Amino acid sequence: MTEPPDRRPSPDALLALAQAERRGKLKVYLGAAPGVGKTFEMLTDARKKRLDGADIVAGVIETHGRAETGALIEGLEILPKRRLGPSGSQLEEMDLDGLLARKPAIVLVDELAHSNIDGARHPKRWMDVDELLAAGIDVWSTLNVQHIESLNDIVARITRVRVRETIPDAVLERADTIELIDLTPDELIERLRAGKVYAPDQAQRALRHYFAPGNLSALRELAMRRAADRIDVQVRGFRQAQGETAPWAAVERILVCIDDREAADEVVRHAKRLADRARAGWMAVHVQTGRDTRLSETERGRIADALSLAARLGAETSTLPGDDVADTVLTYAREQNVTQIVVGKAKRPRLFEAVFGSVVRRLIDRGEMIAIYVVPEEGAGAAKRRLGLLAPWPVLTPIGAVESLGMTAIATAIAWPLDAFVGVSNLTLVYLAAVLTSALTRGLGSGLLAGVMCALAYNWFYTDPRFTFTVADPENVLAIIAFSGAAFVVSVLAARARSQTQAARTEARTTRELLGLARGLASVASEDEVANTLAIYAARAFDTNCVVLARVGLDDLRLAASAPGAMGLNDSDMAAARWTLSRGQPAGMGADTLPGGRWLFVPLRTSRLFSGVLAIAPKAVLSPAERRRLDALADQGAGALERAHIARAYQESHVEMEAERLRGTMLASLSHDLKTPIAGILGAASSLRTYGDRHDPATREDLLKGIEVEADRMQRYVVKLLDMTKLDAGGVQVRPEAIEIGDVVSEVLRRIDPLAAPGRVVGEIEPGLPMLKVDAELLHQALFNLVENAVLHGEGRVVLRARTDRGGVSFDVTDEGRGLQPGSEARVFEKFHREANSASGGTGLGLPIVRGFAKLMGASVSARNREDRSGAAFELAFPAAAIVSHVLAHDARDTP
Amino acid sequence: MSGGRPKALIIDVERAIRRFLRSTLLAEGFEVLEAGSASEGLALARTARPDLVVLDLGLPDGDGATLIKPLAALDAPAILVLSALDNEARKVAALDEGADDFVAKPFGVPEFMARVRAALRHRLQKSGACAVYDDGRLSVDFVRRIVRINGADPRLTPREYAVLTELLNHAGKVLTHRHLIQKIWAEDPTGDVQALRVHIRHLRQKIEAQPESPVLVVTVPSVGYRFLPPNLA
Repeated sequence: MTEPPDRRPSPDALLALAQAERRGKLKVYLGAAPGVGKTFEMLTDARKKRLDGADIVAGVIETHGRAETGALIEGLEILPKRRLGPSGSQLEEMDLDGLLARKPAIVLVDELAHSNIDGARHPKRWMDVDELLAAGIDVWSTLNVQHIESLNDIVARITRVRVRETIPDAVLERADTIELIDLTPDELIERLRAGKVYAPDQAQRALRHYFAPGNLSALRELAMRRAADRIDVQVRGFRQAQGETAPWAAVERILVCIDDREAADEVVRHAKRLADRARAGWMAVHVQTGRDTRLSETERGRIADALSLAARLGAETSTLPGDDVADTVLTYAREQNVTQIVVGKAKRPRLFEAVFGSVVRRLIDRGEMIAIYVVPEEGAGAAKRRLGLLAPWPVLTPIGAVESLGMTAIATAIAWPLDAFVGVSNLTLVYLAAVLTSALTRGLGSGLLAGVMCALAYNWFYTDPRFTFTVADPENVLAIIAFSGAAFVVSVLAARARSQTQAARTEARTTRELLGLARGLASVASEDEVANTLAIYAARAFDTNCVVLARVGLDDLRLAASAPGAMGLNDSDMAAARWTLSRGQPAGMGADTLPGGRWLFVPLRTSRLFSGVLAIAPKAVLSPAERRRLDALADQGAGALERAHIARAYQESHVEMEAERLRGTMLASLSHDLKTPIAGILGAASSLRTYGDRHDPATREDLLKGIEVEADRMQRYVVKLLDMTKLDAGGVQVRPEAIEIGDVVSEVLRRIDPLAAPGRVVGEIEPGLPMLKVDAELLHQALFNLVENAVLHGEGRVVLRARTDRGGVSFDVTDEGRGLQPGSEARVFEKFHREANSASGGTGLGLPIVRGFAKLMGASVSARNREDRSGAAFELAFPAAAIVSHVLAHDARDTP
Repeated sequence: MSGGRPKALIIDVERAIRRFLRSTLLAEGFEVLEAGSASEGLALARTARPDLVVLDLGLPDGDGATLIKPLAALDAPAILVLSALDNEARKVAALDEGADDFVAKPFGVPEFMARVRAALRHRLQKSGACAVYDDGRLSVDFVRRIVRINGADPRLTPREYAVLTELLNHAGKVLTHRHLIQKIWAEDPTGDVQALRVHIRHLRQKIEAQPESPVLVVTVPSVGYRFLPPNLA
């Protein structure tokens, strides 16, 4: 069994308290029946509050023509209703946006359970109130006990009137204050008679039906009990927050079984009341057996509705696969430490139960320590429980009828020649084949019709006397009867096989869709690609337009993908999408909110991340099965988006770590590579000053030369640092201009001259090279770095060659040293890379700069070992696009 | 030029640079004046009328380039601009304003003095333009518009001739792209650097001994071109 909660203030309770502080407070005036005075009381309180100076606005007040109530409205600020239909019509609703804009401290909203007309933002008024509360506005409202969802059927039973406008229990449970407006039945009847509730003629009728004294007492008790429950919960909540809860009185857990019966929701509500009374957690379970595949759309819808009702009322819901309902339920119940099972019981003939057994019987027999609570069903549909054997009600299409006729004719034709060889009764087999074919191809209706027509044909054509419907031989009568029976059974079985195949095909298609989507999503990496894949699949699956919106920041959306083509959403659609984002609930066509639009918006969220919104534009409101498909797609998409998001976040943090590491290395290098030349310069200079003439001229010359060389070295290093920093910061301005390759090469050679022994570095330029359109500075620096690198780290002759190459121009820098370590051809271009056995003295920045500059110039750079001999070869290659023609447009004036 | 030693004015905010330039120029026989700011420099120039001004562009009280026109107005001294390594645009702008040449920091003495000498020579030339250029291989008669390479006619187009003569008129001095373009396409400003390069390429092919390694028409990277007479190189 579950542990009793400990005495520490529950964090959830504290959080709930804190969150409650920010929302507006809801005060509900609860009454047992119309006319007890809820609106009256609310208005009286409102006027008092107003005299105290509170900012109260009346959102909507229904007076029902009662004079006393009407009088109280005097002096209160009323926000006019918003007209939703053409002017002059009565189609008005509370002006929600007006109230939100006005932002009073308290709003009066009468009749919490009212349904709004089409065109309003929400279909129900309690949803409007929810929005007001979320905006921090307090709301006072009125409610009759018959409108509470979980009490709906009890009230119906009491008053014989089923009220359609209900509010979910959760709404009432979230109310901060409930004020019970109580009137004894006698007083209420008195008021009714006095005409203070309804107009006289209405009052008479009401007295007879709804306002019978017995009814009113029962209703009054219901209302009182609900209010008392509520107080209890409040006290408990408060005490929990303070850490004072006593151990739970009864540690019960309740499980309710849901099936496809019409009365499933009654059973659910019953379970909810039980759970409330026992203060127990409860769950709702549906066992999916093989029978489920044979269910019609309506029945499946009932199961889904019952499950969602249970969820709304606060249960944990699950669907369990299994063969035997009772066994599956009991296994699950034992796992979950369930103490009570609630199940509905249909009225069925004893004989039926004796033969087929009943779930309830089995639960009771095998339930052991679990209490079984059986809810008798009184709903209209309970008695009409169909036998499980029957296939769906036969449907006959015109094509089916024609085909049946055709099959019968064909069978008759085939049997005709056979008549000569086989006995008459054997011909029934041919007709049976016709029935089978009809049922398989067109369903039960066709099969049954074919059976009838075949029997008739057989009778007419083949039983004596021929060509009459009379049958002479008793044997033949038996044959016809036997045939009819066989035809019937064959039709039923074939039709069932057919519908199962169809269901399986649909399932398979859905599964294939999801599998395809999963595969598609697995192969893409970025969030936008995921969005694109999702949009394409969803558009294809529903054969309509689909748009995926990605979340930006906290509460905004951007269009991430759309399929089949590019499209956008207008402002009101975007507003609906944003609403979905803020609430995490679907909105749009067929949903609870803003149902009038062309699009349906569903949230794309996992438990960790709310990534965005999926929108489709279905041609008609989606059936529950289609909604399930859409939800499945959305779940997949949300999962993939979460994955892509995590991958990106990881990438970014990885990149940051890399950058951090480089910074560290850079600082270390700076420190060393600047200090060294400075040390040399200081040393030489101070030596010259200290020893002055005591140095001989050669030494003096040496020291002075040393200063020049070290200073130059520092200068080159600083240039590299600057270049590298500019590259990293992205601040390099590229100024392409037409340049002569010969000029650049000469300049590089000139600059490397002081660093290398005379003749060590040579240039080779292929004759007739075109001009290049490139940034001269960048190219010069890149080539210089390559040559300097070869001079410092290579050996022997260094050659800078320029040649044409595949339509473009390439520069090669080669030396005659040991070459590169095999495998490090790519790594040499990374910052601070040093070859293992190279002389130190380089900065580790030269080659990375070459790579960075090459990229800016649209060129590529690569390193490899020479093929003709030892040594490294670096290539800087420019594509054909960089070539500039050195042919001018012909100018007639410019001739020799 | 007045009798006696040539006068040089150094305008640079860095003491170390001024010290080193001063010692160099003194050793070369100049009389040296120093200024540390633009206003100081201009004032000194007005009173002293130097023959050479070494001007740094990064002055504390304004861009050195703004001094060039006022300086040039006083007896047209040779103006040598000191520029930081990576500021092509400012270098080119200074030359367009009227500076004779530039030296990129950091620089050594030989390079500096070569520029000084070229700039002074050019100043001399301006005061007395010669009608003929002849270095033994290339000869140009400016009056009769005849060009000969070792006696042969290289068949220059009018534009190529215009480039050559402009370069020769300012031999030793760097001419910016803009300067050359304005000269060549004076009546018809459709030229751009690319076209200029093409003309230079053709010119080199016609007058250079080794067009791939030019020695006469020398490229000054990102700035322009310079004609180097053989006896100066």
